[in-house]
Amino acid sequence: MTAILELLSAICLLLGSVLCVTGGVGLLRMPDFFSRVHASGVTETLATPLLLMGLALQMEWSLDLVKVAMILILVLATNPTATHAMAKATLHGGQRPLVFDDVKDTGGEGSSKP
Amino acid sequence: MLTAAIVAILVTMLLALIRTFLGPTEYDRMLGANSFGTKTVLLIALAGYVLQWNSYLDVALLYALLNFVGTIAVMRFFEYRNALEERDDPGSTV
Repeated sequence: MTAILELLSAICLLLGSVLCVTGGVGLLRMPDFFSRVHASGVTETLATPLLLMGLALQMEWSLDLVKVAMILILVLATNPTATHAMAKATLHGGQRPLVFDDVKDTGGEGSSKP
Repeated sequence: MLTAAIVAILVTMLLALIRTFLGPTEYDRMLGANSFGTKTVLLIALAGYVLQWNSYLDVALLYALLNFVGTIAVMRFFEYRNALEERDDPGSTV
């Protein structure tokens, strides 16, 4: 039983670490703010539960396990909200995605033709 | 394996910090700071378990809350500041 738990914990920690570094590289290398939000937000929302579950599988039954679950639920609830608020504030602040102009132009032509 | 995860978190924190210092706009800086804060919560939780600190999970919980509230507050500030600037300009329509 302990070996199975340790194997599961190792798998969770490894997947979470890979996702974590992927999100960091995407945050640094993406060309646009909105693609950076995508790279950071999506990987963080998946990497944080994986890492915390990998930690929780190694702990004993105690109050700390409940605290880890509370952190997990809190991050799962707040992280997408914060990412959404950032993207909305950026859009209201006047920035546009890189491909937004093309989409808007073709939409404008399509709506003005008929 | 916990050590490998901690090293991965530290590398990600470094990348987020580079984006925070490098970011062309203030939104990029705030995104990097938010990512850095989330990774700090993870680092406190994992390193506290490995190094056997006292009541580290309370600190991690508090940091997660503060990170969220701070991000929302700064983003509200930027949003309303830009809206006020656009309202002062009579030629633009939002």
